[in-house]
Amino acid sequence: MSSIQLVINNSPHEVEIAPDTPLLWVLRDKLNLTGTKYGCGMGLCGACTVHLDGEAVRSCQTAVSSIGAKKITTIEGLSPDNSHPVQQAWIAEQVPQCGYCQCGQIMSAAALLAKTPHPTDDEIDTAMAGNLCRCGMYQRIRRAIHRASGSTAQAKGQGA
Amino acid sequence: MTMNRRSFVVGGAVAGAGLVIGLQLSGPFLLGQENERAPKRPDPNPFDAWIHVKPSGQISLIVAKSEMGQGIKTGLAMILAEEAAVDFNSVSVEQAETRPDIYPHMGTGGSGSTQENFMPLRRAGATVRELMITAAAAKWDVPKAECAAKKGTVVHAKSSHTATYGELVEAAAKLPLPDPAKVPLKDEEDFEIIGHPTPRVDVPAKVNGSAKFGIDVRVPEMLFAVVARCPTFGGRAIRFDAAKAKAVLGVRDVFEILTLGADKFTAGGIVVVADSTWSAMKGREALDITWDHGTSASESSDAVREALRAVAHKPGTRVRNDGNVDAVLSNGAKKIDVMYELPYLAHATMEPMNITVHARGSEAEVWAPTQSPDWVQRTVANVLGLKDEKVIVHTTYMGGGFGRRYMADYPAEAAQIAKVVGKPVQLVWSREDDMTHDFYRPMSCHRMQGAIGKDGHPTAWFHTLASTSIKGYWEPKVAAAEDESGGAKQMPYVIPNVRLEYNPAPSAVPRAWWRSVENSSNGFVVESFIDELAVAAGQDPFEFRKSLLVKPPNWRAKDEDDVDPARLRAVLELAAGKAGWGKPLEKGRGRGIASYCSFGSYFAEVAEVTVTGSDFKIDRIVAAVDCGQIVNPESVRSQTEGAIIYGLSAALKNEITIKNGAVEQTNFNAYDPLRISEAPPIEVYLTKSKEDPGGMGEPALPPAAPAVANAIFAACGQRLRKLPFQLKS
Repeated sequence: MSSIQLVINNSPHEVEIAPDTPLLWVLRDKLNLTGTKYGCGMGLCGACTVHLDGEAVRSCQTAVSSIGAKKITTIEGLSPDNSHPVQQAWIAEQVPQCGYCQCGQIMSAAALLAKTPHPTDDEIDTAMAGNLCRCGMYQRIRRAIHRASGSTAQAKGQGA
Repeated sequence: MTMNRRSFVVGGAVAGAGLVIGLQLSGPFLLGQENERAPKRPDPNPFDAWIHVKPSGQISLIVAKSEMGQGIKTGLAMILAEEAAVDFNSVSVEQAETRPDIYPHMGTGGSGSTQENFMPLRRAGATVRELMITAAAAKWDVPKAECAAKKGTVVHAKSSHTATYGELVEAAAKLPLPDPAKVPLKDEEDFEIIGHPTPRVDVPAKVNGSAKFGIDVRVPEMLFAVVARCPTFGGRAIRFDAAKAKAVLGVRDVFEILTLGADKFTAGGIVVVADSTWSAMKGREALDITWDHGTSASESSDAVREALRAVAHKPGTRVRNDGNVDAVLSNGAKKIDVMYELPYLAHATMEPMNITVHARGSEAEVWAPTQSPDWVQRTVANVLGLKDEKVIVHTTYMGGGFGRRYMADYPAEAAQIAKVVGKPVQLVWSREDDMTHDFYRPMSCHRMQGAIGKDGHPTAWFHTLASTSIKGYWEPKVAAAEDESGGAKQMPYVIPNVRLEYNPAPSAVPRAWWRSVENSSNGFVVESFIDELAVAAGQDPFEFRKSLLVKPPNWRAKDEDDVDPARLRAVLELAAGKAGWGKPLEKGRGRGIASYCSFGSYFAEVAEVTVTGSDFKIDRIVAAVDCGQIVNPESVRSQTEGAIIYGLSAALKNEITIKNGAVEQTNFNAYDPLRISEAPPIEVYLTKSKEDPGGMGEPALPPAAPAVANAIFAACGQRLRKLPFQLKS
């Protein structure tokens, strides 16, 4: 058991926990920040994606002791009111079905756009390939990222 | 039996003043007002949903339909709002609690929610509108016919009187209910909500982490549990040493639960209870367990496949027999005799199985991400030795259902654990647990024989379907032939000699319903083999199908699964047209088509692929949909896209294999659903229709795999008869 200091969504937290505990379970079981989801425990599905100093990381693969002073942002801290452009785009494109993976998808997309404000379809596919969506909403994810980037480029696949 | 308000208020289902109407969504339509004696029928409570018009004018629909991403909370509200003549935003759909006396039918599955509830909800909404108009006409002493309702307000144009539903509800509640069969329904042409794209009500909470899934349930003092289950189906622990597990920080208790028979099918195992999920998982890793691997320890999917292939060559139970297949196959001009093979598949919902149970002695409370809250209730009550009504189940959002969340295995385990723990306990399945202890889509082999006559017309179709089957697991003594034959029996192409026979093969692997169920297998086989016949006949696969979809002049559906050839043909033509069927493609590229009807909806899909050596890429999917009257086009599109991707994951990548009685794939590294980089653009084209609504959760799936297989054949000449696809270089 160790006492570990964390900065999560701009608030300081102190947790008493085994140092090898993944950040995922600290967020979910100790701090009640349940928007970050468990999907695989092996960094394969991306449902647990959070930001460490703005970088997208898999919180199931991030031991809580390895974080140090880095700032953690979870889905709950992305915006207070769904106003982040990625959240707005996700609503506009009606991306979620079951919604379980979407917090991770949104965190990956927000990190992508912070670095690459106008990604191409290929750049989106590369950046988002680590995030599984079993409901298969990939085409909407692509469209929503383009929308959030302010791009007028039409992603393929629409129909009438 | 009397439906009275007191039972609601006690149940917490409906509280406060206003108008309350009970309605029956399943079975023959009935309406009744509270305090009214329900018509005599065997079911003591015919009503399974309730409408509450509040003094504010807001309307609640309290119904036991689980939201798993299909948008049902939005769709049902749209139907009710349309006929009640209120704004969409005035209706909210609330999740019913498990009160068998109030909600006797609670399941969500089989793509049924819109199909079954469309007309009952329209009539119920129209009843609300009618009552409000009647109340207003009486209040103003004017003829009813001169009053009209719109946006939650009744207007008498001549006198300029207006009154909101909120103002009228007290008077309306005292009126007798009109005969539901005679309440005027809106003309479809006048729909202002139904058929118009409507944003889903559950979406905003799903983009900020506030949507609560089963695994997000947090109750004061709750503990977390995981179970170490024998990897082999039917195995059990002989002995275990908990010392090291108990030494793990946070672990509270370690104990054994036994396997449960009947319809629960739990594996049993060693439970680790801890103060966090992670501690419970770490504790489980530290367990030392000796397993008895049971009688199925030598089972392998290779051996099951051999058994299926063998029985596919034997005469079986005849499900369909038109003409004389034998005579044609013994002297047909051109014959084909091939085998199609489909593996076991896991559901792999993004949210692994989990459930929270608090057993409090004489009662219990459950928080469950489930498609069948009443089954969860019965199961938990049974394990805890309680009466059903002493168990209340709160249905949460669920991270995918696909049929997996119909099962009661994890609720049974959690009840066993909760009984020991005494405190609220959340049972969490790891991804490994979820993948290795699923109820899998059955494995099947299909021997297909066909013949083409001298004139190029198909003369025989002989399908021998061999499956491990679902029934073979649940009710081994009951014949599975009919259940496994959906879509194969209804093979819609006009061929004079058709036979379908069924043979089972045994397996210890648990099986159950996987999205679109047997249609996921039979659709691939039927729509690939008709393509093979087209090629053998030297005809274009689209034109060939079209020529065989003939609607006789006096055609009427024999049963609800009967396929209307004209509707299937129409979507085929729509998809082909939108995809540019017939336009030449460069070398290495190909187009394939498949059409299929299931769950009352008609789909045709065209795939375009590029083949390079043993690799291929799907460039585009064009889907045409006729699901009858569309409620929310937004949901129809979304479900079409999603079901196609789900089907393509199975076509391209996924397979559950068994070795030494256990599942070999344990996580997404070995059972990897389609990713964004592999997902083709999907174009969806909707048909305007006044037919009754069909289902939408599943029917886009079956044509996806055969459309791609047929496209690959068109591109490179390789016929893929085994899932997942593997091209030879």
